Amino acid sequence: MIRIRGLRKRLGVKQVLDGVDLDIGTGETVVVMGRSGTGKSVLLRHIIGLMTPDEGSIEVEDQEITDMPERELDAVRQRFGMLFQSAALFDSLTVGENVALGLREHLRLDDVEVRRRVAERLEWVGLEGGEAMKPASLSGGMRKRVGLARALAMDPQYILYDEPTTGLDPIMADAIDQLIRSLQRRLGVTSIVVTHDMTSAYKVADRMAMLHEGRVVFTGTPGEARTTTNAVVRQFVEGSSTGPIPPL
Amino acid sequence: MDEFLPVRGVRYVRARALDWVAEVGRVALLLRDMTRFFIAGMRSFGRVVQQMGAIGVGSLWLVIVVSLFTGAVAAVQAAYQFTSVVPMRYLGSVVLRSVIIELGPVLTGLVLSGRVGSSIAAEIGTMKVTEQIDALRAMAIHPVRYLVVPRVVASVVMLPVMTIFSDAIAIFGGWVVATTSIGMSSHTYTQSLKDFFLIKDFMSGLIKAFFFGGIIGTMGCYYGFATEGGAEGVGIATTRAVVASCVLVLISDYVLANVLFRFIFAK
Repeated sequence: MIRIRGLRKRLGVKQVLDGVDLDIGTGETVVVMGRSGTGKSVLLRHIIGLMTPDEGSIEVEDQEITDMPERELDAVRQRFGMLFQSAALFDSLTVGENVALGLREHLRLDDVEVRRRVAERLEWVGLEGGEAMKPASLSGGMRKRVGLARALAMDPQYILYDEPTTGLDPIMADAIDQLIRSLQRRLGVTSIVVTHDMTSAYKVADRMAMLHEGRVVFTGTPGEARTTTNAVVRQFVEGSSTGPIPPL
Repeated sequence: MDEFLPVRGVRYVRARALDWVAEVGRVALLLRDMTRFFIAGMRSFGRVVQQMGAIGVGSLWLVIVVSLFTGAVAAVQAAYQFTSVVPMRYLGSVVLRSVIIELGPVLTGLVLSGRVGSSIAAEIGTMKVTEQIDALRAMAIHPVRYLVVPRVVASVVMLPVMTIFSDAIAIFGGWVVATTSIGMSSHTYTQSLKDFFLIKDFMSGLIKAFFFGGIIGTMGCYYGFATEGGAEGVGIATTRAVVASCVLVLISDYVLANVLFRFIFAK
């Protein structure tokens, strides 16, 4: 369970988060949607401790993490996996080394076990046998899948997805969505997906939250999002340029 | 209405001075983290060896070329200044001492500031702007432990090693000039080397190189982590790393020369 209360963050002159309240239940997939620049990625970075809020709290399994020392925070981070928007693969390492990095750094596993786990994670994401490839030779979709395999390597309880389908063609985007769903079913992990891609959001979400002007203005199921009377949410899910959200 | 020019000037100088103080503070924090993660960073000794290879093997040809011609020029210029004043048999000693005390470590330091400092800053800078540093932190891997400690340790170890190469090649360059264009015998040149070789001169060069290695590695990492923006930011960080390394190598050379020759090796 992740509980976020009154989260505020100012970056320069912009109040990016202005009192975010959100609960993410164990085992559910919550999609955080909103326009570009509304602070969705900033919210994810706070959840994994890459940013510190100006105010507010984030509790992971009843542990307050916002003022946690780095060493304790690292122990919490090991329960998370994160897929970055750009996949953030380490260019100097092969695909296999990318996936194995967390295992080698944190677990005392022998080489055979590390290789077995790496092969298994790559198989999960449909890249079996791709250990020796270099990130530079991968397509955008393959990079995301390797990033996902790396996020899964440590058997995380929570997976954070930052724009998992951005920049992908519709077929690859659907493949990533299916992968997110199947991993959630297979592993029962708690997932937070940040996206502005509504097609993807409907496919993967158990629950949706809309971030607007630094606050969560809606939470509900995909069905509730489709039928809501909230004008902001309606405009966003319908992709309309007319409504309370100005297009520019 | 335009501000009075001297007021603007004072304000500008004050802002730059504050920036400089803040930068010194950030470097100090990086050094603190390096100390904190030194032992943990050294546990992955393979990464240190990998960096040593990248620094040493990658820079070897550059150091060879620079050192060969430095030794040759030192011999030519010493021969010119000796004419009718100092017996030519002392040529080897002048090349030797100028190379091992000053030219070897300083030129190696400056060459590696460009070659290694820029490479470290560009690599870490690119990692920063492509979220790879964030990915490390999200995986509970401290970037200072994983990236900085191996690079700085490798620089500190490899600078003295490269300086020894540089010394040897520069002395060889001097020998080539002495025996082919000045008309000295090989025996006279090498005898001059033997007669005036002092272990403390050699050690002073290595001590300087040790500090230069620390400066180059630290500046490369610091400016890499300070990178902002995209490709332009990486370019700016790389340039700053090289400039800061070169300036600090020269300043520390002066400081170390004073400490070494006025106190430690004074007698």
